[in-house]
Amino acid sequence: MKIESSFLLGVGTFFGIIAISYWFTAYEDGGTMMLVGVTALGFVPGLYYYFWHRRFNGYKYFFWGRTDRVVGTRPEDRSDATIEEGAGVVNSFPGSSVWPFILGSGAFALLLALVFGLWLALIGASLILTALVGVTAESRRGGNH
Amino acid sequence: MTDVIIPQIASGEYAHAHEEEHGPSGLMKWITTTDHKVIGISYMITSVVLFYIAGLLALGIRVQLTTPHGTFISFQQYNQLFTMHGSIMMYLFAGPFAFGGLANYIVPLQVGAPDMAFPRLNALSYWLYLGGSVMMLLGFVVAGGAADFGWVAYAPLSTSTYTPGAGQDLWIMALVLTGFSAIFTGVNLVATIFYLRAPGMTMFRMPIFTWNMLVTGILILIAFPVLTAALVMLFADRHFGTKIYAVTGCHTVTGLVDIHACGSAVLWQNLFWFFGHPEVYILALPYFGMVTEIFPVFSRKPVFGYKGMVFATMTIAALSTGVWAHHMFTTGTVLLPFFSLMSLLIAVPTGIKFFNWIGTMWRGQLVYTTPMLMSIGFLLAFLMGGVTGVMLASPPIDFFVHTTYFVVAHFHQVLLGTAVFGGFAGLYYWYPKMFGRMLNDRLGKLHFVLLFVGFWVTYIPQYILGLQGMPRRVASYPSNLGWQSWNVASTIGSFMIAASFFVLLVNLWVSWRYPVLAGDNPWDGHTLEWFTTSPPPHHNYLHLPTIRSERPTWDYNHPDAPNIRHGGGAGHPNGHGPYKGGDGAGPPGRGNGATGSAREVPAT
Repeated sequence: MKIESSFLLGVGTFFGIIAISYWFTAYEDGGTMMLVGVTALGFVPGLYYYFWHRRFNGYKYFFWGRTDRVVGTRPEDRSDATIEEGAGVVNSFPGSSVWPFILGSGAFALLLALVFGLWLALIGASLILTALVGVTAESRRGGNH
Repeated sequence: MTDVIIPQIASGEYAHAHEEEHGPSGLMKWITTTDHKVIGISYMITSVVLFYIAGLLALGIRVQLTTPHGTFISFQQYNQLFTMHGSIMMYLFAGPFAFGGLANYIVPLQVGAPDMAFPRLNALSYWLYLGGSVMMLLGFVVAGGAADFGWVAYAPLSTSTYTPGAGQDLWIMALVLTGFSAIFTGVNLVATIFYLRAPGMTMFRMPIFTWNMLVTGILILIAFPVLTAALVMLFADRHFGTKIYAVTGCHTVTGLVDIHACGSAVLWQNLFWFFGHPEVYILALPYFGMVTEIFPVFSRKPVFGYKGMVFATMTIAALSTGVWAHHMFTTGTVLLPFFSLMSLLIAVPTGIKFFNWIGTMWRGQLVYTTPMLMSIGFLLAFLMGGVTGVMLASPPIDFFVHTTYFVVAHFHQVLLGTAVFGGFAGLYYWYPKMFGRMLNDRLGKLHFVLLFVGFWVTYIPQYILGLQGMPRRVASYPSNLGWQSWNVASTIGSFMIAASFFVLLVNLWVSWRYPVLAGDNPWDGHTLEWFTTSPPPHHNYLHLPTIRSERPTWDYNHPDAPNIRHGGGAGHPNGHGPYKGGDGAGPPGRGNGATGSAREVPAT
């Protein structure tokens, strides 16, 4: 997690510096706002990963808060890890699901409605709602194998 | 759901779920798939089909320009052709082929993951991309024709006053769909790389291609939301009466301009290029990664300067987000020194990459297969595109050649260098992994030769035309300026490129009709994807080797190989040194050379 967090914090730091120097040289609002956005894009997830890096490595504090539960370094972050150390559930992966297709078709119809007429939006919105309910139900009952 | 479990078993066995998918079959299987391999191949097929369509549009443009007052198509059709050619190539081929196609397929394999982190989101990305592609092409069948304001859609040309019509609206909505698709893929790539690496696959052991895709994923997250937001505002300007970019209708009754009622056309350029320049690197970095996988394998050496490559990639990506206004030098509204300096700086990390690629080949045992030749073609093509890019980063030169064919030649050399030479190098390289069969090497070399010669014949004349002052995006030109002969040469070159891609079609047909089995590791590859079967099983790996360096498959196949790692750090405790044999290594000699002969991997 350390390299992941350093990577994102580096993104935030670099664009923070660029945003400040851009503002004080160009005085241009649009570009500065976008650069501030990129700075946040680096810092927000970067700090999240930094928090987990502190936890994994047994640090007791993360800024002012305690990180009392120490998890231990992930095997993918250790250069001497063996494959067996990754044993256990990796994740749950859906075998197949029709809902992405339904949701995609709904989005297609919804945007097409803005060009060809709002009647298409009825179809699009129905498909999107059906897909959202469907995918939630699928996840709750454990999905398709 | 299928729980992917790694059981507690000794000796490096690493079992993902063995069972096959029990889902639907046939067309429904394709529609409901969440397997990153199927989605990746769907992405590649769709994007290559679109590449051929956009290529045909380019031929139409070139035919029109062979004579000064061409009558092959009307001026309006010409505008549609270059708009759709650019849009399809940039938005629907070069990006999705890399991050939706090859990266989708290869990245989970390279990090030892069973799938992408969010498989259903991955499937949604593909459907949005397909929907967006269909929507953009629908423009050709509506009244008024397809979009014709150029792939950059500059305001106020793109407002409803100057370009009304459904074709333009379809173009905008298509890009909204594909923009979301790209954002979802970016999230998926980053999450997969951060969370689903195999044990021992530390960040600095990841293959360079995976590193580049991580950086590309971040760039996607930086760039695409800006484009999507800008497009929504453009659509609002066109239909909902907002005045964000519009510059008409903001005069008072006395004829003065009311600045509070006026939009800013340059704002569109700022927003568009804040997306557009990182986009160029979203299109380039994956292909840098592909050739960085190919050079070491066909030089029989590890990559030269692994960490240098990684940091060069990061530097290129970081700088690329601070250079957007170098496309706007001639607007007179941008800070020239800032953007010129940032643009020129990109040459430094790119130069590091070039030296590392050459260093990788230096004193290697080069094997001139098609992927290697394509990669060398990439090196030369991108060098030319890059050098002219450095020229264009200098405002005095840019003022002189802005909006001429010089710029057209520059970015075509950059993009053909990366997306075409690099991309098809990647296709030739990973095709055996994806389909378990080889592409014909002779036909591949013919493809390369035609493409390489055609490439220079097409674009060198365009540089000259640009320096002579021929503007881009014109359907006719005066006959007394001596431009016709260069245009004819360029058209001949473009037909050579087209012929080379006909050879690719023949090659694909031959591979389908007369398959030559590839085996699991036909190139004696270094990285993890060559460890599994070709094509890989459901959830990718039945077992994994111990990972002790950035080339675990090579370590496994060559436990006694001499240490030819560049630089220091052999056996460094952080694991960047060579694998020394020992823990859990299998029998030597499982690699089967570079001949492409089929050899089954022993059943495990």
